[in-house]
Amino acid sequence: MNETVLCKHKLTTKRELLILLLIKAVLTIKTLIQIKDLQKDYISQNSTVTALSDINLDINSGDIFGIIGMSGAGKSTLVRCINFLEKPTKGTVIIDDKDLSLLNDQELRNVRQDIGMIFQQFNLLMQRNVEDNISFPLEIAGKSKAEGRKRAKELLEIVGLGDKSKSYPSQLSGGQKQRVAIARALSTNPKILLCDEATSALDPTTTRSILALLKEINKKFGITIIIITHEMTVVEEICDRVAIIDNGYVAEHGKVEDVFSNPKTDAAKKLVYSNKAAVAEMKGKRCIRIVFDGKSSYEPVIANMVLECRAQVNILFADTQDINGKAIGHMILQLPEDNMVAEKIINYLRDRKIVVEELKNYV
Amino acid sequence: MFSAETIKMLIDGTADTLYMTFFSTVFAYLFAFPLGIALVITKKDGLKPKPVLNRILDIIVNVGRSIPFLILLIAVIPLTTFIAGKSYGTTATIVPLVIAATPFIARLIESSLEEVDKGVIEAAQSMGASIKTIIFNVLIPEAKTSLIVGGTIVIGTILSYSAMAGVVGGGGLGDIAIRYGYYRYQTDIMLITVILLVVLVQILQEIGMRIAKKTDKRVIK
Ligand SMILES: Nc1ncnc2c1ncn2[C@@H]1O[C@H](COP(=O)(O)OP(=O)(O)OP(=O)(O)O)[C@@H](O)[C@H]1O
Ligand SMILES: [Mg+2]
Repeated sequence: MNETVLCKHKLTTKRELLILLLIKAVLTIKTLIQIKDLQKDYISQNSTVTALSDINLDINSGDIFGIIGMSGAGKSTLVRCINFLEKPTKGTVIIDDKDLSLLNDQELRNVRQDIGMIFQQFNLLMQRNVEDNISFPLEIAGKSKAEGRKRAKELLEIVGLGDKSKSYPSQLSGGQKQRVAIARALSTNPKILLCDEATSALDPTTTRSILALLKEINKKFGITIIIITHEMTVVEEICDRVAIIDNGYVAEHGKVEDVFSNPKTDAAKKLVYSNKAAVAEMKGKRCIRIVFDGKSSYEPVIANMVLECRAQVNILFADTQDINGKAIGHMILQLPEDNMVAEKIINYLRDRKIVVEELKNYV
Repeated sequence: MFSAETIKMLIDGTADTLYMTFFSTVFAYLFAFPLGIALVITKKDGLKPKPVLNRILDIIVNVGRSIPFLILLIAVIPLTTFIAGKSYGTTATIVPLVIAATPFIARLIESSLEEVDKGVIEAAQSMGASIKTIIFNVLIPEAKTSLIVGGTIVIGTILSYSAMAGVVGGGGLGDIAIRYGYYRYQTDIMLITVILLVVLVQILQEIGMRIAKKTDKRVIK
């Protein structure tokens, strides 16, 4: 719109030309994906499930965009609507000024060739080796076998699996499979990469390495990445922007810092404060007194215990001192309601030579 | 033990049995493959949902599978005569064998293709693959092992059906077993034909299973 208005002017001076260039530059930070009034109903014989409604999101070119929400919120449905694997019931998706709802099947397939996708379960072809998996999208796009081989080789270097080109998926670990899936998704040089719970089947260390790889790809090739997840840490680690999906609606969206530092809706608060909410609900009846008699070295015992036992305790009373690197004093802790966890905590502390005594009816 | 004549007859019988089994299997697959694929892709959640067509195909296959082979053998005699020129002999027997085996094979193919992970199909769709590409480059190659195992079962079944066709002069080992063993009480010949049939099935089974295992890339060797 701006451009057409400007074009009507007569551009005579250099200054005006400069302003025009500036405006153009601003316009290039542009919306790549526009999700407009999207609704998706699943209709079966006796019921209709509205999985998504009223979704309006703009995703900028070059961003890493997170979509987070609880299980069943509609995340997978939303990501499948972006490449029209699911046809929206209402509304549309506009990618690069192309309204997907106006395209026929063949045109849609062409658009999809420009959108890579990776999945929680990797979804590699089990009867093809790594190289042939990676070149599969090129095969679909009608490229020659030689070209596929060449591209597979380049991509295997990028994802750090240069020596695995002839391996079969069954010979790879989960993290390696996901790397192959990423290489495959990148083979056609797509502008967009969709990731549906791409790290949910991986352990924390592997998750971090895959996220680092995605970030690197985003930086290096300027690919816009959309990440679906139910894990806060994933969004915090690599996303620029985030949308919180709750029960089929966008509860909140914006810059990650803004949304996470100041969540406004209940859904957002539930995600962001999930840990703190649990503390407020400490209902455990068991309390223990622990004594630091100077035998245990001064390490952050309580903090480590919380991390290792993955449980929270309430410190009801504390009187400790650090004397020459030894902890002296005592503390009263309220244990979680779950007896297993409580036992785990007690054992953890006893293992560290800390005297633990249980207090009856303290709270 | 046996006269040269008998031995020649047994060798010819074996060759006839293999001839019938081979061509029946080939022709039956020619019909069953499209049928099996159609059964899979026209399903409600298939690649090209066509519920009515799917229902019709399903019924045809079920009817075809529930007719006992002996009855089918006799019922299709007019068609057999029309196609093969006569209603008896090895070549003619191929007609009822194909008709009997096609629905059975279609079901086997259907179940093999159904085993392919839905996620892999979705991945192919996300790459912009057409239905044709998905069928030929995803479904069939990914189901390869299961299809080969199915093929092994099919060959065994057709072989035993071909022996049954001996009852109506179908030729091959089954024919010999009926003529000599049943009508002439030459139990030794009947026994040897049965042994030959068992050995044939065993060999074919073994070959099929080996191929299936060898080509399967899902297991680490
Ligand atoms: N094919 C389908 N038919 C009917 N309902 C469906 C279908 N797919 C999804 N749904 C429903 O739509 C809702 C959203 O599902 P979706 O898979 O998008 O959730 P999600 O946020 O990805 O959850 P998860 O984190 O568990 O993967 C759910 O209530 C689900 O039951
Ligand atoms: Mg999901």
